[in-house]
Amino acid sequence: MYKYDDYDHAIVQARVAQFRGQTERYLAGELSDDEFRPLRLQNGLYIQRHGPMLRLAVPYGLLSAAQLRRFADIARRYDRGYGHFTTRHNLQLNWVKLPEVPAILADLAQEELHAIQTSGNCIRNVTTDHFAGVAADEIADPRPWAEILRQWSTFNPEFAYLPRKFKVAISGATEDRAAIQVHDLGLQVVKNEAGEIGFKVYAGGGLGRTALLGQVVREFLPWQHLLTYTEALVRVFNRHGRRDNIYKARIKILVKALGREEFARQVEAEWAHLQDAPSTLTQAEVDRVSRQFAAPAYETLAEDDLCHLAHLREDKAFARWVERNVQTHKVAGYAAVTLSLKKPGAAPGDASSEQMEAAADLAERYSFGEIRVSHEQNLILADVPQRELYTVWHRAKAAGLASPTVGLIQDLITCPGGDFCGLANARSLPIAAAIQERFEDLDYQHDIGEFELNISGCMNSCGHHHLGAIGILGVDKNGEEWYQVTLGGRQGNAACIGEVIGPSFAAAEVPGVVERLIGVYLAARHADEGFVDTVQRLGSEPFRSAAYLHHPAHPHQSRRVANG
Amino acid sequence: MANKQIIKERRLQDDAWKVVTLVDGQAPFDVCLPVGPLLVPVSVWKAKKACLIHREYEHGTPLGIWLAPEDELAEIAADLDDFTVIAVHFPKFTDGRGYSTARLLRERHGYDGELRAFGDIGRDQIFFLNRVGFDAFVIGEGKSAEDALAAFDDFPESYQGNAVQPLPLFRRRAA
Repeated sequence: MYKYDDYDHAIVQARVAQFRGQTERYLAGELSDDEFRPLRLQNGLYIQRHGPMLRLAVPYGLLSAAQLRRFADIARRYDRGYGHFTTRHNLQLNWVKLPEVPAILADLAQEELHAIQTSGNCIRNVTTDHFAGVAADEIADPRPWAEILRQWSTFNPEFAYLPRKFKVAISGATEDRAAIQVHDLGLQVVKNEAGEIGFKVYAGGGLGRTALLGQVVREFLPWQHLLTYTEALVRVFNRHGRRDNIYKARIKILVKALGREEFARQVEAEWAHLQDAPSTLTQAEVDRVSRQFAAPAYETLAEDDLCHLAHLREDKAFARWVERNVQTHKVAGYAAVTLSLKKPGAAPGDASSEQMEAAADLAERYSFGEIRVSHEQNLILADVPQRELYTVWHRAKAAGLASPTVGLIQDLITCPGGDFCGLANARSLPIAAAIQERFEDLDYQHDIGEFELNISGCMNSCGHHHLGAIGILGVDKNGEEWYQVTLGGRQGNAACIGEVIGPSFAAAEVPGVVERLIGVYLAARHADEGFVDTVQRLGSEPFRSAAYLHHPAHPHQSRRVANG
Repeated sequence: MANKQIIKERRLQDDAWKVVTLVDGQAPFDVCLPVGPLLVPVSVWKAKKACLIHREYEHGTPLGIWLAPEDELAEIAADLDDFTVIAVHFPKFTDGRGYSTARLLRERHGYDGELRAFGDIGRDQIFFLNRVGFDAFVIGEGKSAEDALAAFDDFPESYQGNAVQPLPLFRRRAA
């Protein structure tokens, strides 16, 4: 993985010193709340329901074992011994104290970690595929490009005060596992006919109040121009994005207002001036960064480890875990293991300091000392020899990291919701817990099959509810928590935005609604047909009828409350 | 702005430039021009160009213009040689359009005169402002110019190429 040199260290250290000064001035009353807010947000610091929340960056989801240990240590010393991994790879601490934040940043910096631009109206942490470098369907490893973009976007002086946040995701594989179509800027690595690497560029995707998929603004951008083109695109946004209304300030609104072609034309016109400027990438720089993501020293192993096969035959629970939590690897004899953070009873995405340390141990012993964070809020050991899987499983189980439900309904995505977040309209965690409990039976989960259920506590959509086959959105009605249900969302290459099925439900109704929706699917599905395909084939009406079974009025008569 | 101090060449200096603003409903040609060096809005420049150039020619009063965040540079691109100072207004420090304006003036239009930032800016912005090409700074009311002076070197390096160092770090980094 990327190792800091003296320049990187100096820049991060300077940020620690700068933020220490800003915090001291704020605490001394020299900076007002309004002045301090954008500054602290650009360091990932929110003022939340219980106090400050600090969002620590995990650039493109990659951590060393030492870095994960540092997180564990910080969570223990400055917080309550746990943290929450988010859909954008980051780790949130919910109970930090403002005067201690500069010390936390200093501790992070020692391990090449930071909280730079994890919030605020700036370019955020670049996210990518959690199977980068090991996936069989990879065109090129996206991580060097993500690191190049990280450096370019870090303290980019022109783009420190954008109209609104700006999120970039990059995928290097043929199957998109980074949700690039719902990012402000989505980059898909492609090869042209000559075999040269470039990017297909999507712009204007995003969830939130107006959920939109990104539009293709360039079919092929040669890699040399990644930074100059991105600069042109963000400049068009900086200059012309709306600043009069926070809900209309994302680039998606600009792209929609101008239309894809006009937006693309403006970017090209801007880029015509920037093309071949000094920030045009050089082969030497790409090589320098790429070398740091070189494949680890894999052993030459057989395709199938006989011992592993024996365990699979003899231990049904192990076989189940392998079926769901172990992914194939491009190198023979290796596998990628998902350590689930979805143990029922704990908040999805939460990890205790002990769990982080256990994951760090596993990474060190069995996976070349590296861990990834997935946007589905799990941890990944990307390079585990097959022969070690049985041991890894036992150890993961002991640490509460082996729920054998990856990709099943219990592997749901959830934001922290109203229990913690100051923005939330409703709580997410009790809903997640109730659904996990309802679907606790493993056979039932396997019968349903692959399923994405996503929960957000408010329209900011941190829980990606629009992308869930079933999405649940917390809404506030006269001070009460209600939940709106969307149907038919999907991430990946065929991404689509789920549709609201009707008026919202009380919290207690939600598990029953979900179960009835799934009941319609189970009764009607064709062989191997996924939930969303069934919804598309049948239309939403049968699902709607089942969802509102216990409602006296048919939903169509009460559409007026459909939005909340 | 008479008798006010601004930051220039990384030190505090006296400054005589005045900012002309239109009051609500006032037509640009109606504005009366006080003596001394003036920063006028784009609309006044367009309405009173001949008069402003005459002032400079007859009285040696230097000319300046100030740009609002939404001003299009195309409107004044042909006139840049006329200005001794171009100022860019930051009504709120969170409105970052002026950063792009500065880069465009410097890099696209080749403006090499004084580029001044004024409005709601202070020490927490000065590093970025300097990097995109501003070389003069009128620190916002209630903020300390002395503090701002200390912030030019908040960061020892930038990854990006910029007005202070045109080459991005990757072109200077030893492989």
